[in-house]
Amino acid sequence: MKHKWAMVIDMDRCTGCGACVVACVAENNTPTAGEEEAGKGRLMQWLRVSRFWKKEGEDTRAIFVPTPCMHCEKAPCEIVCPVYATYHDEDDQVNAMVYNRCIGTRYCANNCPYSVRVFNWWNHQWEKPLDEQLNPDLSVRSRGVMEKCTYCIQRIRRGKETALKEGRKIRDGEVVPACAQTCPPGAILFGDLLDPDSAVSRMVKDPRLFKLMEHLGTEPKTAYLKKQKGPGR
Amino acid sequence: MSERHHLERQGEGGLYETLSRSNLVTTKGWYAAAGVLFALTAAAVGVFLYMMATGLGVTGLSRPVMWGTMIILFVFWIGLSHSGTLISAILRITQAGWRAPVLRGAEAMTVFALMVGGLFPLMHLGRNWRFYYMIPYPNERMLWPNFRSPLLWDMVAISTYLTGSILFLYFGMIPDLAAARDHATGWRKKLYTFLAAGFRGSHSEWRRYHVASTLFAVLIIPVAVSVHSIVSWDFAMAMVPGWHSTIFAPYFVAGAIYSGIAGVITVMAFLRRVFRLEHFLTVRHFDNLGKLLLTMTLIWGYFYFSEFLTTWYSRLPEDWELISSYGTHYLPLFLVMLTCNFLIPLPALCLSKVRRSIPAMFAVSLVVNVGMFAERALIVVPSLARRNDPSVWLGYFPTWVEISYIVGSVSMFALLYVLFSKLLPVMAISDIKEHLFRTTDRSIGAATVPSVAQEEEGEGE
Repeated sequence: MKHKWAMVIDMDRCTGCGACVVACVAENNTPTAGEEEAGKGRLMQWLRVSRFWKKEGEDTRAIFVPTPCMHCEKAPCEIVCPVYATYHDEDDQVNAMVYNRCIGTRYCANNCPYSVRVFNWWNHQWEKPLDEQLNPDLSVRSRGVMEKCTYCIQRIRRGKETALKEGRKIRDGEVVPACAQTCPPGAILFGDLLDPDSAVSRMVKDPRLFKLMEHLGTEPKTAYLKKQKGPGR
Repeated sequence: MSERHHLERQGEGGLYETLSRSNLVTTKGWYAAAGVLFALTAAAVGVFLYMMATGLGVTGLSRPVMWGTMIILFVFWIGLSHSGTLISAILRITQAGWRAPVLRGAEAMTVFALMVGGLFPLMHLGRNWRFYYMIPYPNERMLWPNFRSPLLWDMVAISTYLTGSILFLYFGMIPDLAAARDHATGWRKKLYTFLAAGFRGSHSEWRRYHVASTLFAVLIIPVAVSVHSIVSWDFAMAMVPGWHSTIFAPYFVAGAIYSGIAGVITVMAFLRRVFRLEHFLTVRHFDNLGKLLLTMTLIWGYFYFSEFLTTWYSRLPEDWELISSYGTHYLPLFLVMLTCNFLIPLPALCLSKVRRSIPAMFAVSLVVNVGMFAERALIVVPSLARRNDPSVWLGYFPTWVEISYIVGSVSMFALLYVLFSKLLPVMAISDIKEHLFRTTDRSIGAATVPSVAQEEEGEGE
């Protein structure tokens, strides 16, 4: 069963609260780098909320852009990996990462225009009792490998298995990544583009739709809905 | 002038002794130099093992600057390796009359710079112990490396070039090894007998040697050019503003030859001084190498200017952010590069007084390589530090770990050279002899007859 998973982030709804980041960290066994390391640019979070300042006359307004992996259809990270540690998953059309194969050239991170890939600079530890919170559905990455947002591939797999067991097609909204599940205003929407009736398939027809750095031709599957102006929006 | 009558004053044995002085006498100074260099190299290896055990967090790297000093050093040393074989091959093919004393030193430099430079891509891996995943070896999972990745092209190109350069160096050395075998005693005799591969200097052997060395020289040139093109494609293939540029391949090749020629001059000045080769490495060689260096200064300047101008004129926002960081955060680095690579060497090398003064040439060659290091740093770091997404912008400064690699790489290169000068002939004895025979007078009985080749050579002095 083929799928084409995609994400739509509504900038109108995003408040920049950062709950998605927390959910992602909890779901994906992402280590916490600590204050000092974070200052050195070694945050391990797979999803960051980029903040930009925009001047509007007298006022300065903050713009929040939640940036997960774009899961590009023409992914620049994939072609440069010398060992196929990152590749295109045929069934789910996501950009997958094989930690055991990764040797840590970090070329993929250099070639990612969105800079969403993070590297394990250290062997991260989960002090007791924090190790109790680790998610058993996916591995804890070792030092020296790259990692990045997987669209919560473990949840996708779980959803597909359940559907297969029950002998039916996967339902729209059955698979929800941690960030989308947590987002308080519901700004993040996730679904299958190959299902014409899914919510994302409807959302991608929205005239507000844009993609980050579309001119680079990477064809990202994570898309955004533009913020609207004026009253009554 | 002194060169012309040199052969008459001493016989062939004397010539061998003068040229192989480095092999024959082991001074206390040699032991001291080798000891210090070995200690420094071993210290850097220790630092590397520490980094391997703790993690790459001990470097100054971060997101977005995922590549840093180790990649700068990689490009720098591979660049430095470019002169040797290339110069030697070009001089052999063009039959430049002054080439003989320069050949061996330049070829050896290529091999050692490649050995040093080739270590860094392996060192900078996150999991060094898994480097063999890049090698296409048969395995139970039927996994192959990704031949679309420039890193894999890189690995293939560098290993080809290293193999080629070692063969080129060794092949050119065979007649000299045979000469050394004839003069040496003890364990050296055994070593040289083995290495000389039974070369006796018969007519057919010389004929084959000449054919093969010409072929070698012709074949190694495309390899040398392709290697640095591929090193540049590690950058140019990536869609990083500042890296993604079609000019990178020729620009890197030119830069490599530029820094390489400067490296050859540095090494020549050292050899001349330490092994008292003043009769063979004359002012004329430095003058000629200086002219080559001047040409490369101009070519490098032209490439840099044309790359800069297009970016400056079109002002695409991503590229423009990068270029403007040269004027603010990276200004010191930019000024070092511009001064050392262009503003100092260009006027200096135009003056024949500078080109004909060996201390001055030594200084200029060092300045050029300092500038080239800055140039490499300026290519690798700012492009990453000013990526497409401004929210991740960050600075980079090497930590003590990376600085010790800089020191360690220089000392390792010097150590390899010091060991080489002790074990193998540093001067191309047979080529020098051939050159001397062509240009000196022959004694037949009591009469002195000028050799005919002397006039064809067209010596200017």
